[in-house]
Amino acid sequence: MSVPIHWYLLLAAAMFCIGAAGALTRRNGISIFLSIELMLNAANLTLVAYSRLLDVRTGQLVVFFVLAVAAAEAAVGLALFIAVFRQRHTIDLNRINLMRW
Amino acid sequence: MEMLIFLLFAALALGSSLVVVLHRNPIYATISLVLTLFCVAVLFVLLGAPFLGVLQVLIYTGAIVVLFLFVIMLLNIQKQGRDESAFAGQGLQAAGAIGGAIVFFLLVGLALWRSGLPELHPLTADLVALKGLSRDLFAEYLLPFEIVGLLLLVAVIGATVVARKPPEDGPATKTNPEGAEL
Amino acid sequence: MLELLWLIPLLPIAGAALNGCLGRNPPKALVTVLNIGAPLLSLLLALGCLWEYAQQVNPASFERIYYAWTTGAAGSFHIDVGFLLDPLSAVMLFVVTFVGFWIHIYSVGYMGHDAGYRRYFAYLNLFMGAMLLLILGNNYVVMFVGWEGVGLCSYLLIGFYYEQTFPPFAGKKAFIVNRIGDFAFLIGVFTLVEKFGTLQYTELFPKIVAQPSLVTAPYALGLTVAGFIALCFFVGAMGKSAQIPLYVWLPDAMAGPTPVSALIHAATMVTAGVYMVVRTNILYQLAPGVSQFVAVIGAATAIFAASIGLTQTDIKKVLAYSTVSQLGYMFLAAGLGAYSAAVFHLGTHAFFKALLFLGSGSVIHAMGGEQDMTKMGGLKGPLKQTFLTFVAGALAIAGIFPFAGFFSKDEILHAAAAPGRWPLYFIGLITAGMTAFYMFRAVFLTFWGRFRGTHEQEHHLHESPWSMTIPLWILAIGAVTTGFLGWPGEHNWLHHFLAPVIQRPAGAPELPEHEINGWLLALIALAVAGAAIWYAWRVYGGDRGTAGDRTFARRLPPLQRLLADKYYVDEIYDAAVVRPLAALSTFFWAKVDVLLIDGSVSTAAATARVTGEVGRFTTTGNVRNYALYFFVGVILLFLWLIL
Repeated sequence: MSVPIHWYLLLAAAMFCIGAAGALTRRNGISIFLSIELMLNAANLTLVAYSRLLDVRTGQLVVFFVLAVAAAEAAVGLALFIAVFRQRHTIDLNRINLMRW
Repeated sequence: MEMLIFLLFAALALGSSLVVVLHRNPIYATISLVLTLFCVAVLFVLLGAPFLGVLQVLIYTGAIVVLFLFVIMLLNIQKQGRDESAFAGQGLQAAGAIGGAIVFFLLVGLALWRSGLPELHPLTADLVALKGLSRDLFAEYLLPFEIVGLLLLVAVIGATVVARKPPEDGPATKTNPEGAEL
Repeated sequence: MLELLWLIPLLPIAGAALNGCLGRNPPKALVTVLNIGAPLLSLLLALGCLWEYAQQVNPASFERIYYAWTTGAAGSFHIDVGFLLDPLSAVMLFVVTFVGFWIHIYSVGYMGHDAGYRRYFAYLNLFMGAMLLLILGNNYVVMFVGWEGVGLCSYLLIGFYYEQTFPPFAGKKAFIVNRIGDFAFLIGVFTLVEKFGTLQYTELFPKIVAQPSLVTAPYALGLTVAGFIALCFFVGAMGKSAQIPLYVWLPDAMAGPTPVSALIHAATMVTAGVYMVVRTNILYQLAPGVSQFVAVIGAATAIFAASIGLTQTDIKKVLAYSTVSQLGYMFLAAGLGAYSAAVFHLGTHAFFKALLFLGSGSVIHAMGGEQDMTKMGGLKGPLKQTFLTFVAGALAIAGIFPFAGFFSKDEILHAAAAPGRWPLYFIGLITAGMTAFYMFRAVFLTFWGRFRGTHEQEHHLHESPWSMTIPLWILAIGAVTTGFLGWPGEHNWLHHFLAPVIQRPAGAPELPEHEINGWLLALIALAVAGAAIWYAWRVYGGDRGTAGDRTFARRLPPLQRLLADKYYVDEIYDAAVVRPLAALSTFFWAKVDVLLIDGSVSTAAATARVTGEVGRFTTTGNVRNYALYFFVGVILLFLWLIL
């Protein structure tokens, strides 16, 4: 018996929401990054699920590109992280708030 | 059979994603992310995209997560103290975030429920096989493919430049024949 | 020369403007030359134009349009800058330029020591220019421009001594009361445009004559078209020419320098209303009800103002009320249909009233600024020329043969002595008696008896310089001779001269005639005036001085107080009109302007500020907050997409 497709979609949605909640609430910068990667994965899962549903390869192709872009983004983001850490010696986002009112 | 595999790996994925988000120690969180990614890769295979599943394991877990681990160790990021909340310590923000997440999930459920679900076709070789994907990549989507390559190059350069140590006394004072310092 | 007609109003205005180009402290001689030269040139040009006009075999009006303001955009309706020299404007032109010029000369002496010498002459010349525009205009718009211009100059000149508190107030009062009249005048002008489509006299009057049915159709307020317009115009004249109920500004206007009172508030500006009514005589002839109203108001004003003049102690106030009274005579004449009589009285009055005012100015000058007659007396010795000319003016206004007032006043009374008009005749006759009485009261109080002032004033007494006495003599000659222009009977030169302007349209009711001998009426008036002068001598003459006033106050205190306090009209207006209006204005200021309008602006500003002050808390600097906003936005977008 094949799995109804919406279960995949719901799972992806759940992972996305968990990732979102994590990204918005954690204090540690690395943790936020991890949550973001989680969200990206959820999106990928959704795309593949739809590709399966609609019987086209487009979804898979997009996932391919997303993978590449996610890699690039992770690299640059972590580099930025390092640069900030050098300046402020912390990655606690509560303390990185220069543009406060 | 398929259902069983799905349920197992779905539950695992959910569980480990929760650990990613909730655990105080960043190393544990990262390892948990590896597990999540692996489960997702299995689900990709179930959905008829084995190549992507392999790519996921190779690139994501093999490269990106390793990068994370490097950075964590480089910056010597400690786990959050026991008395310090792993969370923001901002009540409204946390409430808003969690509330928003729940709302969003419900909305997605609502959307799915309203749209109904069409029948699933059986898997075709055309969809699954690498041949189709590669043909698309190198024919129709050649330009985006090349641009992504360029993007990766730019990202590498950018990351290097951003992360390097700033020169000691102003730019272009020392000309180190061995290249820039790190 | 007639081609240069346009220069006549332009020269004084240019002179006024040039005053500003003379530098910070020009030499007084230069200012004098400029400001006397301009009206002198105007006078010479006017005389030249009048000469040329009179030489024409068939004196036709000279009309020229100098500038077409509306360039055909309004269809057949047009407003132009044009001048018209016809008999009526010719008479006015002579009066204004001649009397105006000599008052300018007088001002050189009178205002010689004033710091605002240049400003005074600038305003005075501007006034001359505006007045000349008023009378020379060939349509109601140019007249109105002049009308407003003289109103402005009147305000400026009344408030000339602006450092004191009263003169600016008097100036404002004059302007505001005039405004009420101006409003009515404009309504009349608009109605004219609506009904006839033109404002140019030479087009308008033939149109009205050609369509009497149009003007007799019922229109508004129970009046016909003609009646309505005539009434509106008359209300305008009420304001400008100080008739009841809008006369209250003129006595207070005495706060201005005396030559101003002479020129503006006696000889010229206040007569603009009379000119306007005579110019529009066609409409008044077609609206007998309104004409009657005009006559009644004129008569009422005449006797009312004369009664107040009986008790005033300020010499200028006596003359001011006298002016109001004499203007009433002119409107009485106009209302009775005796338009040439009105113009005749206007002309003679200009001469003798200006003379009287300038004479009083000479007295005030000699008294070092004192205007209270109770402090004068016995001035006929030290101020011989002033005395002689003043008495000449007084005789003229009292209507004593052969002085000018005799002829002009009698012509008015003659017109009033028709059946159905007897009440007006008697009012006019009684007023003539009062006029003679109060005028000679002023003469006796000022020039006869013992000097009642202080010692310093007595030492200061001296006759005025020639710049002031020569105009007095010139005007005195005028006060004597101008009467002969209107010798009653077939030889009435003025009446014949003005005949083309005063045409009877078809449909206008006949004026009542009477068979009473004109000379008999004249004799009666002369007797009344003579008796009044004799009585005035009995009360005030010789050494009696102010005893007469005191006796009156003792015998009839309520009456004396009523008259001396001007029937409390100013107080009534203050309570009934000014205070409620001020209260209303304050309400609008406090509630509407400050609260509502300023409030709404402030509220808008405050809203912006408060929004900022509250909104800035969203910029926490905390990236996660921004991410949360982002996420919320995504949720909302998703909602929108699925719903």
